[in-house]
Amino acid sequence: MTQSVVRQTSVTEAHAAIVGSGSRRRWILLATGLVAALALPWLVYPPVAMDIAAMALFAIALDILIGYTGLLSFGHSAFWGSSAYMTGLIATHYGVPFPVAVVGGAVFAMVLALPIAYLSVRRSGIYFAMVTLAFGQMVYFVGYQWSGLTGGENGLQGVPRRFFGIELVETESFYFYYAALPILLLGMWAAWRIVHSPFGRVLVAIRDNTPRARALGYDVEKYKVIAFVLSAGLTGLAGGVFAISHGFVALTTLHWTTSGEVVLITLLGGIGTLWGGILGAFLVVMLADYLASSGFDGIDLVTGTVFVLVVLLFRRGIWGTVHHQWLTWLQRRTSPRRTQADADPAGPRP
Amino acid sequence: MALRTQALTKVFRGFRAVDSVDLTVHKGGVHALVGPNGAGKTTLFNLLTGFVAPTSGTITVFGEDITGKQPEQVARRGVARSFQITSLFENLTSREQVELALQGLTRQGFRFWRSQKLLGRHRARVDELLAQVGLTPLADKPVGLLAYGQKRALELALVLALDPQVMLLDEPTAGMGIEDVDRTIELVRRIAAGRTVVFVDHNMHVVGSLADRVTVLQQGKVLAEGAYDEVRNDERVITAYLGEADHA
Repeated sequence: MTQSVVRQTSVTEAHAAIVGSGSRRRWILLATGLVAALALPWLVYPPVAMDIAAMALFAIALDILIGYTGLLSFGHSAFWGSSAYMTGLIATHYGVPFPVAVVGGAVFAMVLALPIAYLSVRRSGIYFAMVTLAFGQMVYFVGYQWSGLTGGENGLQGVPRRFFGIELVETESFYFYYAALPILLLGMWAAWRIVHSPFGRVLVAIRDNTPRARALGYDVEKYKVIAFVLSAGLTGLAGGVFAISHGFVALTTLHWTTSGEVVLITLLGGIGTLWGGILGAFLVVMLADYLASSGFDGIDLVTGTVFVLVVLLFRRGIWGTVHHQWLTWLQRRTSPRRTQADADPAGPRP
Repeated sequence: MALRTQALTKVFRGFRAVDSVDLTVHKGGVHALVGPNGAGKTTLFNLLTGFVAPTSGTITVFGEDITGKQPEQVARRGVARSFQITSLFENLTSREQVELALQGLTRQGFRFWRSQKLLGRHRARVDELLAQVGLTPLADKPVGLLAYGQKRALELALVLALDPQVMLLDEPTAGMGIEDVDRTIELVRRIAAGRTVVFVDHNMHVVGSLADRVTVLQQGKVLAEGAYDEVRNDERVITAYLGEADHA
């Protein structure tokens, strides 16, 4: 009987079995990721590299909600876009170094997120997605109508890239990438810290079993609001960098399709993994860039098809599937030893 | 008086699931709720723990009115519940779940800037609780690997972690084989010391061994109340419930 139980849950067991070697694996992964991030503008056109890095943080920020809290936000363009505008406005009017403007944008996104979160977390599942979509649309229309501030359909033009006295002009995207990367990496580190904190443990508990979490005394709505605001803040960091990188802010940053794109990237990469967001952002941005430069018109058609295929073939997303296969393989490799260890009575029953 | 309801009523779209129930549970008592399926036991539990808001009536815990309070507020007032269907966090180990339960009444859960190592400060208490329910050797296994009876034991550990004054156990022996039932009776008896317990169970052996007082519900109403032997010999109860149970 013990054996049948082990077979059913082989993967969780494998996971438990390799926990000891987990930290070395994590360092290797981290080093690889860092090298990839540093090498990226050598390998792809630097502005595209910047887009990939910004979208990666965007997807990671959303993963805190989708993957770790079980909330599918379909309105995150509101935070991405509003931070992009705020960052652009601060950079244009106050002449501060761009990181300061980006932080200002992120703080603005968090302030905006607070009432939206408060009103949205009372719903769950598809209703939560719909409510956040509605708020996203409201923010979009404010951006569209308030053209005196945002430039309306023309967007916000001529956002400067000042970096502590140095003016980084258009051609210096390569250097800008390295100036902006630390902000994004810091955001990614913050996301990692959040999901691996006591708070992150509560989020996972809420995702897995909300009534039980409440019965243990957790004020679930408060936790969801905090998670939402933190996610919006990290989204804002990414959106601010995106705005500075492009030198202007388009109205599409607030459009619902932006919310859809980041949901797609997060699901494609694999939810509840953080790494999946990076992989998803790389694939989607590269694909869109390739299609755009080859003069192909139906980018959405192709990304949509890829998305449907991935969801059908890899239900855990790409990163999630690879991770799962890796654990299964490890389990198979360590299986004989472990079964023996499990053969002794598995401890007393109640 | 540990727990008291007065004229507690819950109506679901015209259906009176709990109908004017007056329930009094004395401090330190072990009180069983029994009754046929659909008698309103689980709804009553959900009312007592704030998962369902009553249509009318009041609930007091040690004299404090908790009517209409949210589940987390009820839990923070020292009333902890277990669930009828095993209700755990599938992706966590036993140790992680008990840590989570111990953290539930503190503000530590809001610390998103700290490492989960912070949860290690509960280690001694976690070990104690896991030992109490006999799960020490399985502390670091994902809960998916536990046998059914072990999962039920972990449920009790989570309830105990809140150090509640009142424990509400919804069918603690549901779906268990005889051996596990006896172990669970022993376990509940041990952890009940110094606390007030209200439990629901269909198994009359469990009710007879644990309860010092029994309330029989039928169609949302209190049919009879008293010591186990009194209730067992009550004509109405025999017709409504025990008679059927004997044939089953």
